Amino acid sequence: MKLFDLRGGVHPEGRKDLSAECQIRSVPLPKTLYVPLQQHIGAPATPVVNVGDHVLKGQLIAHAQGAVSAPVHAPTSGVIAALGDHAAPHPSGLPVPTFTLESDGLDQWIALKGEDDPFTLSPEDVAARVAAAGIVGLGGATFPSALKLNLSRGVRTLIVNGGECEPYLTCDDRIMRERAVQIVEGIRLIAYAVAAQEVLVGIEDNKPEAIAAMQAAARGSAVQVIAMPSMYPMGSEKQIVQVLTGKEIPAGGRPADIGVLVHNVATAYAVQQAIRYGRPLISRIVTLSGGALKTPCNVETLVGTPVEELIAVAGGYAQPAARMVLGGPMMGQQFANTGVPVMKGTSGVLALTSKEIGQAEPSPCIRCSTCVRACPVGLLPLEMAAHIRASDLTGAVDLGLKDCIACGSCSYVCPAHIPLVHFFNYAKGDLAAQERAKLKQEATKKLAEARTERIARIERERAEAMAKRKAAREAKERAAKEAAAQAAKEAA
Amino acid sequence: MLLAAVVSLTILGTVFGLLLGVAARYLRVEGNPLVAEIEQLLPGSQCGQCGYPGCTGAAQALAEGGAPVTLCPPGGRALAQALAAKLGVDADLSGVEDKGPMIAEVKEEICIGCTRCFKVCPTDAIMGAAQQIHVVFREACTACGKCVDACPTESVTLQPVPVTLQSWHWHKPQTGSAT
Amino acid sequence: MNPIAHSPHAHAPISIGKVMGTVLLALTPATLFGFWLYGWPAINLWAVSLIAAIVGEAAVLRLQDRAVKPVLMDGSGILTAWLLALSLPPYAPWWIAVLGSLFAVIIGKQIFGGLGQNVFNPAMAARVMLLISFPLEMTTWVAPLQSPGLLDSLRITFMSQPIDGMASASLLGHVKTEFTRGIGLEQALIGHYVPMDMLWGSRVGSLGETTAVLLLLGGLFLIAKRIFTWHAPVAMLIGVAVPALVFNMIDGNHYAGPMVHLLSGGLMLAAFFIVTDPVTSPNTALGQFIFGLGCGLLTWIIRTWGGYPEGVAFAVLLMNAATPIIDQYVKPRIYGRDRKGAALPANKG
Repeated sequence: MKLFDLRGGVHPEGRKDLSAECQIRSVPLPKTLYVPLQQHIGAPATPVVNVGDHVLKGQLIAHAQGAVSAPVHAPTSGVIAALGDHAAPHPSGLPVPTFTLESDGLDQWIALKGEDDPFTLSPEDVAARVAAAGIVGLGGATFPSALKLNLSRGVRTLIVNGGECEPYLTCDDRIMRERAVQIVEGIRLIAYAVAAQEVLVGIEDNKPEAIAAMQAAARGSAVQVIAMPSMYPMGSEKQIVQVLTGKEIPAGGRPADIGVLVHNVATAYAVQQAIRYGRPLISRIVTLSGGALKTPCNVETLVGTPVEELIAVAGGYAQPAARMVLGGPMMGQQFANTGVPVMKGTSGVLALTSKEIGQAEPSPCIRCSTCVRACPVGLLPLEMAAHIRASDLTGAVDLGLKDCIACGSCSYVCPAHIPLVHFFNYAKGDLAAQERAKLKQEATKKLAEARTERIARIERERAEAMAKRKAAREAKERAAKEAAAQAAKEAA
Repeated sequence: MLLAAVVSLTILGTVFGLLLGVAARYLRVEGNPLVAEIEQLLPGSQCGQCGYPGCTGAAQALAEGGAPVTLCPPGGRALAQALAAKLGVDADLSGVEDKGPMIAEVKEEICIGCTRCFKVCPTDAIMGAAQQIHVVFREACTACGKCVDACPTESVTLQPVPVTLQSWHWHKPQTGSAT
Repeated sequence: MNPIAHSPHAHAPISIGKVMGTVLLALTPATLFGFWLYGWPAINLWAVSLIAAIVGEAAVLRLQDRAVKPVLMDGSGILTAWLLALSLPPYAPWWIAVLGSLFAVIIGKQIFGGLGQNVFNPAMAARVMLLISFPLEMTTWVAPLQSPGLLDSLRITFMSQPIDGMASASLLGHVKTEFTRGIGLEQALIGHYVPMDMLWGSRVGSLGETTAVLLLLGGLFLIAKRIFTWHAPVAMLIGVAVPALVFNMIDGNHYAGPMVHLLSGGLMLAAFFIVTDPVTSPNTALGQFIFGLGCGLLTWIIRTWGGYPEGVAFAVLLMNAATPIIDQYVKPRIYGRDRKGAALPANKG
């Protein structure tokens, strides 16, 4: 099949060999799990169990709230010990509402309702079961998958993303090598749910074993497995669509606008598990890697497992980690507290040495435009950063700030070590805050106007009432006067 | 030679003069919309912290150039920037200490339920009744501070809006002399 | 300071110092060839240029209360002085090098705010300043391979000893002079234009501008190292060669052919080491191509019809001034948008 060109991109050192040959391991059942109510894009889930309740593995503990949301299930059996704040796996380290689940050690499943012949379900049913299983995009975006299915019905092409272009990460590689049959069934279920005519699985050519396993599993089905050149950010949604179809997602639009739906391979696996066995999404494959870990590996872990327990599975630290990262090194987020839990979207836990990070003090931009050549979107990172640095955020927006996918290619190649993508995320966050402030100001302005009007009305009414009373009194006085005059006249 | 210069200059002058005349007629601006436009930007809570009688007065002063764009504390740095852009002036924002968004908070222990604060609130952001503890609606509070002045027991204070995962965002990178 | 760092948590093994170092490495063969060609005076001139640039930049940084070491270590000042030295007549007196270097790093760069902020290429700005202010010293050329001794060379460089019998004329200068005497091109070139010598660089000219082959190799090395792309250099060569070819075919006795132009003056040095200066050239590939084309075209125009025999430095400065406007109009198309910036239409098929 003909592949199309990708613009820009970089070739970071892969470092996948650290964990690529490690089979997926299981993790000892943790004693305490921390399950946040929000592990997806959208509104947080609403709790449906109380503190002190005993729950079974797979039991619904919080249901979806609103149009964009996903339910949360108990990762193991045990007692809900608390529902309160726990540090989020997020660079802010802010606390978020989280269930604390004390495991009872039995790991006892709730009764599950699977489907022996899933293709007898209606497409709507498939989507409904995916929604009920709490499945979100496992590539990292964590957008509720069922919503994507419902918004994409009738698309021409289903693209399944096995790119895994982030260095270090091998969780998708391993799941494709070890569970290709289940993934292909999941892919066919997704294709069935949206009635796609064409199914393409894109895998970077640095994963030949995964490509072979997937090709073997896909034989005889409509699923085409395609090797793509290894380049970062090949696994980004916009880029994989461009490489496989030659089409671009319109700015501000979704893949469905050009008849495409993109799902991650691990999501396809979760869909298969949910439909065939009725299992909700309570576990995932996580890559544990980085130069500071003793034995980098891939593990299948329950959502809610504290990161420190995974570090122990990887043999602990070989040397002090200069930086702990959730996700890959290019787009992952640093975290400070190893008590944070694994969430549905956590693809990797990296303990990096300072040599691996390669950070240096920023120096002046020499306008070498290496960032321009690296940008897969066609932006001018150096110009945008200069505007943001001078607090001209609107200038940066005019240059296309909102089209930036924050892939980090520009920061990665910058010889001056300027934190370009940090500038862009700062600007995006500040613009969003300004937007919120503006909305609030408009709302409070209406309130203020309403109040002014109300006070004016009350004054007016009071004045009117007073005038009326005065008129009445005057009339009365006049009448009395007249009566008196009359009486005087009569008397005279 | 001389004649050519005189003629060409005359023609140029006539043409440009005509152009200017036409432009003045067809691109004329009715009235001075500036005051109304500035007032649109201001919070409209008439809190009076700027020292002018309400937002209209402040807008008038801004339009006449008699007030700095940094005059409105509830609007903060963002408003100062918007005003500077509207008025086409370079604002020295370094002096504007942006404390970030603030919000009024009633300390329940010392609130006596006197109702004075919600009577002065320009946006009806405080709810309560006589002899009952008052509460602040976060969404409606502009942190104008009128309630703080009105409270007889100092139970109303302005506090920074707590940062949540939804409102948190990356700080601006410090790069010294870079870029 | 927030202790949490933003992604990416990896970085390509590159820095400004490494970029500058690679460029200096690429310049070394041509420089060594220049030393061999012109002997000790060339070495003196080169050393004086570098020392003046370093001392001058350090002094200016000290005056601004800025850290001296990181700026000097980035190597940009050294590169500027090095390029300036290569473009000077090899027997020029020491104060020419000092004035030029100080002008380049102080007026050409630091006044604008330091590295990355300057509008004009500092080396070319300094060269033009010298050419306008000291036309005699800047156009006194010597024939190559005269190898004066060390003592003689010190006299040449530091005491401005008049050069007896060593003076010669550069090809472009010679041709221009002959034209004013009404002598045609074909006659003027006889004995002055030996293609093989021009290629290797054994000709009259600036310290490091003469060896087309070594400069070309240095440039190719940098393109292979991805320090810059081919766009600006190739465009500059095209910008000179195409009009030269056309006009040479129209009137061969008055307009020199493309090879004469490509192999003379400072063209090769400029094409690979000056118009590729990232600070003063456009951001995009297309922009750089336009920039290079403009540099080439202006060079040819100035050489052909201008008052000066060589026009590279003027051409570069003029195009430097045009760089912001090129960047304003030449921008890459953004993913999912058309050239004008509007979102692409949805197309469900």
